[in-house]
Amino acid sequence: MTRLVIVGNGMAGARLVSEVRARDKHVKVTVIGAETWQPYNRVLLSNVVAGTMLPDQVRLLDPAWYADHSVTALLGVEVTAIDRETQAVLTADGRREPYDVLVLATGSEAVVPPVPGAAGAMAFRTLDDCRAILAAAGAARRAVVVGGGLLGIEAARGLAGRGLPVTLLHLAGHLMERQLDAEAGLMLGETLAELGVEVRTGVVVEEILGDGVRLAGGETVGADLVVLACGVRPVTGLAGDAGLEVARGIVVDDEMRTDDPSIFAIGECAQHDGTVYGLVAPAWEQAAVVADLVTGADKTSRYRGSRLVTRLKARSVELAAMGETHLTEDDAEVVRFSHRARGSYRKLVIRDGRLVGAILLGETSAVGTLTQLFDRGSPVPADPAGLLFPGISGSAVAESPVRMPDAVKVCQCNNVTKGQIRACWESGARDVEAVAAATRATTGCGGCRDVVEGIVGWLCEQEGISV
Amino acid sequence: MSISLSAPTPVKAATATHCPYCALQCGMSVAVDETVTITPRKDVPANAGGLCQKGWTAGELLTSGDRLTTPLLYGEPVGWDEALDFVAARIRAVQEEHGPNGVAVFGGGGLTNEKAYQLGKFARMVLRTSQIDYNGRFCMSSAAAAANRAFGMDRGLPFPITDLGGADAVLIAGGNVAETMPPFVRHLTAMRDRGGRLVVIDPRVTATARQADLHLQPAPGTDLALALGLLHIVITEGHVDEDYVAGRTSGFDGVRTSAAAWWPERVERITGVPVARMRLAAEILADAGRAVILTGRGAEQHAKGTDTVSAFINLALALGLPGREGSGYGCITGQGNGQGGREHGQKADQLPGYRRIDDPAARAHVAAVWGIAPEDLPGPGRSAYELLDALGTAAGPRALLLFGSNPVISAPRAGHVTERLRSLDLLVVSDLVMSETAALADVVLPTTQWAEESGTMTNLEGRVLLRHQAAAPPPGVRSDLEILRGLAVRLRGAEGFPADPREVFDELRRASAGGIADYAGITYERIAAGTGVFWPCPAEDHPGTPRPFLDRFATPDGRARFVPVEHRPPEEDIDRDYPLYLTTGRVLAHYQSGAQTRRIAALNAVASEVFVEIHPDLAERLEVAPGDLLRVVGRRGAAEGVARVTPAVRPDTVFMPFHWAGANLLTNPALDPVSRMPEFKVCAVKLERVG
Repeated sequence: MTRLVIVGNGMAGARLVSEVRARDKHVKVTVIGAETWQPYNRVLLSNVVAGTMLPDQVRLLDPAWYADHSVTALLGVEVTAIDRETQAVLTADGRREPYDVLVLATGSEAVVPPVPGAAGAMAFRTLDDCRAILAAAGAARRAVVVGGGLLGIEAARGLAGRGLPVTLLHLAGHLMERQLDAEAGLMLGETLAELGVEVRTGVVVEEILGDGVRLAGGETVGADLVVLACGVRPVTGLAGDAGLEVARGIVVDDEMRTDDPSIFAIGECAQHDGTVYGLVAPAWEQAAVVADLVTGADKTSRYRGSRLVTRLKARSVELAAMGETHLTEDDAEVVRFSHRARGSYRKLVIRDGRLVGAILLGETSAVGTLTQLFDRGSPVPADPAGLLFPGISGSAVAESPVRMPDAVKVCQCNNVTKGQIRACWESGARDVEAVAAATRATTGCGGCRDVVEGIVGWLCEQEGISV
Repeated sequence: MSISLSAPTPVKAATATHCPYCALQCGMSVAVDETVTITPRKDVPANAGGLCQKGWTAGELLTSGDRLTTPLLYGEPVGWDEALDFVAARIRAVQEEHGPNGVAVFGGGGLTNEKAYQLGKFARMVLRTSQIDYNGRFCMSSAAAAANRAFGMDRGLPFPITDLGGADAVLIAGGNVAETMPPFVRHLTAMRDRGGRLVVIDPRVTATARQADLHLQPAPGTDLALALGLLHIVITEGHVDEDYVAGRTSGFDGVRTSAAAWWPERVERITGVPVARMRLAAEILADAGRAVILTGRGAEQHAKGTDTVSAFINLALALGLPGREGSGYGCITGQGNGQGGREHGQKADQLPGYRRIDDPAARAHVAAVWGIAPEDLPGPGRSAYELLDALGTAAGPRALLLFGSNPVISAPRAGHVTERLRSLDLLVVSDLVMSETAALADVVLPTTQWAEESGTMTNLEGRVLLRHQAAAPPPGVRSDLEILRGLAVRLRGAEGFPADPREVFDELRRASAGGIADYAGITYERIAAGTGVFWPCPAEDHPGTPRPFLDRFATPDGRARFVPVEHRPPEEDIDRDYPLYLTTGRVLAHYQSGAQTRRIAALNAVASEVFVEIHPDLAERLEVAPGDLLRVVGRRGAAEGVARVTPAVRPDTVFMPFHWAGANLLTNPALDPVSRMPEFKVCAVKLERVG
């Protein structure tokens, strides 16, 4: 019987466990997690900081699930080494767990900037981090978040939502510079400002102090809570020590296999085709591929890379960004709409008739259509304006009885036109009941009653008949 | 073939009865002299004086020249004795060679309770075959399965339809009542007139969606993900009715955990429904003092239909709706007697009273009513598509008796089903007109229709109604009950197959007594004296049960069960070769396979031909103009239709109505593992311009 050992019980590892069990009841599965928590949904941590979810509401699997599905879960156990010779992993508490197949799902860790005092700040990465932030936020009067990427913005918005004044400090010239162009980044900052987050871009943090943050140039920003959201880096130490090929992440092929055929890597620790993904969707796709291969459910299963869609999860901030948003007119067709006063920005990047990038800020009713065009690589219509303004073509204005042509069907249920109602009126019907008796208009769903009343009223008015 | 035009003989003026078509069973008065006059009844809550064009024109079929009035044997008119003798002899021969299961029976959700009951009894007691199922499998089975596992009982609406008018919010997932049952909309209008809000989930901007305060337009086959996303929001926004969940339900922890994996941004990417709209929908439901969640075929006709309905029921339970007066979950039943038809034994796994055929106590009870030994009752048989797919094969039935259904048009992968029907040694079809399926039959038996017979129907509310005979049938036509009696006598010399519906109903009452769908206390007189009787009604002095879940659910512990479910993609997703979704549905002017409504001039004038709805962007790319003839090509067949260019459909989806031969040549017979519902609502196709 295959012995499958998974190192890492985060979003990738936990997903793999359930994907494997969905395919095969017999593989012996052991999952080892360094955190003591049941696996939880990292995507929802910003909700925890914002206070809309409790920490125990973000778990991915119930404790009983493991027993019900014959999975051994070692929680709060650190793996210290991989013995590739004998195919076993060694743990800090002295276990030796033999494997036939090993999957590394060690994730990534928060980057702590090399500035003095950084140890006094709080990272925003794990559920423990969230609890620490929440505990500190209760007594804090002013917060600083360092890092204006996705996580930093979500943390800042969450803290501001608790009524805490927040300053968001960002090194680059605009927020989320990897996903957004400068104009969108600027407008995002303005949107956040209205929600109580002061945004400062192009600033360099030189030191974390006990009562704030010192910037290059000497200015101090006061805060009794400093949260660091300066990006993450893949956790590759175990793999590197075991002699597996590691670049920025653990290098894997389309089967998510490392250069040791019995060892796979998935999620944020893995590097596939030159890319390390920092989002959940790719990690879950990768977990499904490994589950297919390990259980033999589909031996042809391969991972071919993912298209990335970034959705900011911050209350009252609607933002979606996908693909190559930085291309200019030199390389692509760019369609843009910008309305700074309303914080609305929409941008499409089209190449070879396909959507290769998009930004939607402020108003995202087009997001569903755009992500599906982007994901599927479907052709974009010749006039893409409808993509930026969905519904603009479909909204029919209710016509007045005066301008309505006779051929217009007024009653769908009984197929009655305005012309028939007019004819009915001309032969003596003077109210809705009489029209209904003669034409059956209004007798189905009843929805056309107002229109029929309008037509009859208008006809009577034309003839000077009081109704 | 001889077709005679015969005017119906008057029985009496203005008989109070109900419409022949959908599950709303609108009340109507039918007066017959030289002509047939139909007027809507105001005393029936479902329609309260309304009728759609189908109902108004229903009388035309009574005098239609298309009526069959004589049995046909290999297309030649014969007498009833000759026809029934022939059928009986062939059944005997087939069963001698292939055993009891060599003969199969296929019923319909439009049959009265009496016919559905008698058909099941005939199959099990006379034919002794396990091979019986019906077209309701294509209709309500997913909703029924999900309701059973959540509530322990499947009653379409477990509340009177008038509750909708008093609600503050109604969500309809995959239902287009403005076309399928227009007078239903009156209840929604009543709600909206009071300030209530309507939310509609549909991949198309349907006539119903156009009336909605909020329309969510997911990609076909993704309703399940959407329901999970809505539940996720209800949980994260603190809208869970925790007291209700603790007091009246079980299993929420598992569902809470599984919903955590369906955060709205993930669901948005799968469904294409913007997060902001999902949040708004959740808010509308949560803010409503009284809210109702309804599902229709759009959400149910999938290989994951049962799980999809479970996801919507989970949402309703989290909000604390089911079993609270004025709120709840319900399914919008489709066929006229879709509800009663699934309760009394024409389903492969059921006996009368919504009893399970593999339950020893149920077998003993029903066998006693029928005067046979329990061990003489066959066990469960094949589900509808599996049955049709097995016809004429080595292991399958060699003969089929078919009542009240037209699978050549209405079954999935219809081309294949037609081949199976052609391969039979014997196909017997009872119908009132020469349907596409009857045209394949060795023997066609002309039968009475709605106004020419009496019988009970159970509408979408679970209200048992009485249809009174309003017209005499044309000479030469017999009722299905008469046909079954004729065959039963010939095959077994059997007693116990009366042709009088009231006698059959009285036996049905005894057979259903003590079951889930208990009709024991319902009589024709009680129905006629009021506006129908809600089941369960175990005794004649019992008032009936309009809202069965107010105090407890029909589960062993009285609690509603949360069932954890996960989204999965359509069985056949779009790809490079077949880049478009096909979804199917209905138009206002037609009912089901159109066998009746396509023969009514006024309806045919409104909708005379099959069409293909395509989005303007897609039309532009394919250089299609409105009115062009299109060929829709899929893996199982191709169908043609006239292009209708409209932004009402998504750019990645085409829509075809299924009332004509065509759409179902393409549909996917992949089955739901629980309900055995085929995946009618989504398959992959490509478009070609013809000429």
